[in-house]
Amino acid sequence: MPQETNAQLETDELVPAAEPKAGHAPLDRAVETQADLTAEINALGDAYARALKDGAPAETQPRLDYAPYRSSILRHPTKSLHHADPETIELYSPAFGHQDVHALESDLTIQHNGEPQGERIIVAGRVLDGDGRPVAGQLVEIWQANSSGRYIHKRDQHPAPLDPNFTGVGRCITGADGSYSFTTIKPGAYPWKNHLNAWRPAHIHFSLFGREFTQRIVTQMYFPGDQLFPLDPIYQSIVDQDARDRLVASYDHDLTQPEWALGYKWDIVLTGSKRTWTENEALGTAGDDSE
Amino acid sequence: MSNPTKLIPTPGQTVGPFYGYALPYEKDRELLAPGSPGSIRLQGTVYDGAGHAIPDAILEIWQPDSEGNIVQQTGSLVRDGYTFTGFGRSAVGNSGVYTFTTVNPGPTKPGAAAFISVAVFARGLMNRLFTRIYLPEDQEALAADPLLSSLDPERRQTLIARRDADGGLTWDVRLQGEGETVFLNFEAGPAFEGAAAGGAAQ
Repeated sequence: MPQETNAQLETDELVPAAEPKAGHAPLDRAVETQADLTAEINALGDAYARALKDGAPAETQPRLDYAPYRSSILRHPTKSLHHADPETIELYSPAFGHQDVHALESDLTIQHNGEPQGERIIVAGRVLDGDGRPVAGQLVEIWQANSSGRYIHKRDQHPAPLDPNFTGVGRCITGADGSYSFTTIKPGAYPWKNHLNAWRPAHIHFSLFGREFTQRIVTQMYFPGDQLFPLDPIYQSIVDQDARDRLVASYDHDLTQPEWALGYKWDIVLTGSKRTWTENEALGTAGDDSE
Repeated sequence: MSNPTKLIPTPGQTVGPFYGYALPYEKDRELLAPGSPGSIRLQGTVYDGAGHAIPDAILEIWQPDSEGNIVQQTGSLVRDGYTFTGFGRSAVGNSGVYTFTTVNPGPTKPGAAAFISVAVFARGLMNRLFTRIYLPEDQEALAADPLLSSLDPERRQTLIARRDADGGLTWDVRLQGEGETVFLNFEAGPAFEGAAAGGAAQ
């Protein structure tokens, strides 16, 4: 069910309600240019590269405090995250099953009467934990813009066409080997109001559960070779190039289906397990040996 | 397979502004039907560093049942109206308020402090944050809790819910600033979330 959102959104990130083609006009608050933002992004990236050279550890996650993404300024904790040993409930995950998700929910191209516009793609891969074990039987949720870069969300006022045959929401349950597969449409790049002429690289939002609640993540998958990568403060909030690369799918011709759809492969790694697994749990449905 | 491989986790990213047509689902916040025996309201407001309620956050809770059992039943997404699965999801409304209908979690071990595990997502929040909501009553258990006793008294208080007159719980999230909620890092080693905490790893 779509939830109400606040009008604050419109002044913050979203392209305002506008006449078609008015989007190129300077926006009220967004007087900062891409050049300003790129300079900030590069300064933070250069500082990280120097620190790395001086022996600092590689950063594998986004920075919570990353000012080039303006909406993060008042929304990041200022105190370090407090180290805690996960206990009891945190060492387990909600159970999801085929009662929760229908098999057809993984095909985003068949949710309406007609075919959606755009380039049909298959996005597939495996969900693994940090120890390399498949994450079986867990929930994967995705959402995305349509082929013209428009979200169906009613607050998205980007003057690009909605597609009556595309909602852009899918779900699946991972297989015994941790595999998932979605059939969808390649999303378009999407303009936003972080600064003047800000565009997000094409991306698909992914939400994942592991076998422990501590493994829960929400992230975004990108497409290889996107020209917008160096310009995007959300992608660049991960200051380490190797870490950023982990969000980029690879084109996979073995996944491509003849006369049907191009294939992209993206494996997802959750954090390592903190629980001592019983033999049955470790065996899982995949029949793996116990640890 | 005995697998010594250590893989580096995939980075998180912000949930963004448009989760509202994807993540919410029918009865997502009703771990039990409102008004059913033993049910309570758990609610609170999510605030930013300026003290403003934010309208675009979404919370998940994951908790034991009232006896302290960790439930492993499917049906969190398609609820049958009877099975308590322990998982719920609530996007905040325009005024920044989230609401769940749930039960008071029981202690998972005798004498342990009962708590609800929480994941917080928001536009402008680069990665999800983990935290806990403790029940306020059992002072002895709270005093003995390993996490709470490792915190300053003032910070400790951010993890303990208030009991409402109607028997419900109120617990607010402050992402930044005065009364900033304690958020948790479950990973060992400085390179993981340490670096994520404000980029202030050094």
